[in-house]
Amino acid sequence: MTVLQWTILLLVAAVAPGIVLSREPKEQVVTLSFYGLLFALLFFIFQAPDVALSQIAVGAVMLPLMIMLALTKMRRQNIRRERETRK
Amino acid sequence: MSPRTRTQLFLISALGLATIFTWGFRNLPPIGDYRGPYGNLISQVAVYERHTTDVVNSINYDYRACDTLGEEFILFASVLGVLLIFRPSTSSNEARNNQKNKSEKRQPWVEDQLPVSDSLRVGMMAMAGLMIVFGVYIVVHGQLTPGGGFQGGVILSSVPLVVYLSGNVKAFDRIVSASSIKFAECCGAAAYAIIGISALFFGTHFLTNIVPLGATGDPFSSGTIAIISICVGLEVSGAFVVLMEVYLREVIDERLGKKS
Amino acid sequence: MILAHVPYFVAAWIFLWGLYGIVTSKNLVHQVICLAIVQTSTYVLLLAVGFKTGGTAPVFADIPVGTVVVDPLVQALMLTDVVVEATVMALLLSMVVKANELVGTIDPEELKIMQG
Repeated sequence: MTVLQWTILLLVAAVAPGIVLSREPKEQVVTLSFYGLLFALLFFIFQAPDVALSQIAVGAVMLPLMIMLALTKMRRQNIRRERETRK
Repeated sequence: MSPRTRTQLFLISALGLATIFTWGFRNLPPIGDYRGPYGNLISQVAVYERHTTDVVNSINYDYRACDTLGEEFILFASVLGVLLIFRPSTSSNEARNNQKNKSEKRQPWVEDQLPVSDSLRVGMMAMAGLMIVFGVYIVVHGQLTPGGGFQGGVILSSVPLVVYLSGNVKAFDRIVSASSIKFAECCGAAAYAIIGISALFFGTHFLTNIVPLGATGDPFSSGTIAIISICVGLEVSGAFVVLMEVYLREVIDERLGKKS
Repeated sequence: MILAHVPYFVAAWIFLWGLYGIVTSKNLVHQVICLAIVQTSTYVLLLAVGFKTGGTAPVFADIPVGTVVVDPLVQALMLTDVVVEATVMALLLSMVVKANELVGTIDPEELKIMQG
């Protein structure tokens, strides 16, 4: 294995605990997007271009988007509930 | 049990799992030393048997097309599940709140354009057309270069997002609430199964490659691989656009000034 | 010898960290994201199993057919999995949103108490 492959593998192993240890979902979305991009690089460096294409589109864009949309919907529900209990 | 007890119990069992992993990985071949026969065999015969240059997609859509059919239907079923969970129900608290808020809520702004900067607006509008062409290129060239239905479908489904980012909420609303997107998604999913069944009418097994194979390197070579790739691209892009619409319905309605 | 098995240990490391996140989570969305991380550990394992030293990508568009390539079978497994993962996460998140609407909280501890 070349130096590049070692580097990207150890980088991925170092970022994964970072996502788990950031407890707020809003922080996690940013780290998850970065992790997805790192994974796309990992796939590319290990000679898997098809999977890298999938991972770029899905792991860096679609998955954080779904999480943020869910967070938005929940925030609206909480605001509406607070407004109702205040009345 | 309390969180502390659970953490301690987990750490003990994680140690046990780590020991099992170490014991299991001892006898695996070291990385780079690939011994399996199937990878070598497929790389040698796929180009000649199926007239395709991308071996991974020939495995996905031809040699193991049945597995890809199952995965595509997992995708279809999860989108169906999301639609069912978020269906509007008149007896829920949300509908009651909507009725109350309709009379008293004043919108901060009721216009169909988000206040975005001009460079973002121009940049995103320019990108939308480019991305459609790029997405269709990736879908159609699945059998020649890395690409195919799944990748191209996800790229195509992020085009409405780019339109939203350029500030044009009305256009975004028109794109994602068109019923033809749901229809296209169902057509894509059904066409894959129909292609498989039509192989049965020719006397061969389910999902055999029955269309004439053509010349290697041509965009419409390799028989049903190209057709299945297009169907999967339709289905995946439709699925993600429907997901976005379900999650963003409230936000769009509020921005456009109408309550559901 | 042990150096050549490091990618498998990286997969196990990521798996255990994701599992730790699921077990000690206080937020349902955090749990769903840790489930996504557990799934990515399987990609590292599959990649390590299929890699061949000196091999190149299994696309023969501009290289002759006899060249050494990495295993295309495991890549076919990973390809569909990456896209399907996002949709399954969307389904799980929709259930979390529904739980928030009906119960009012997304703390798994409190959800357990309210069921009683």
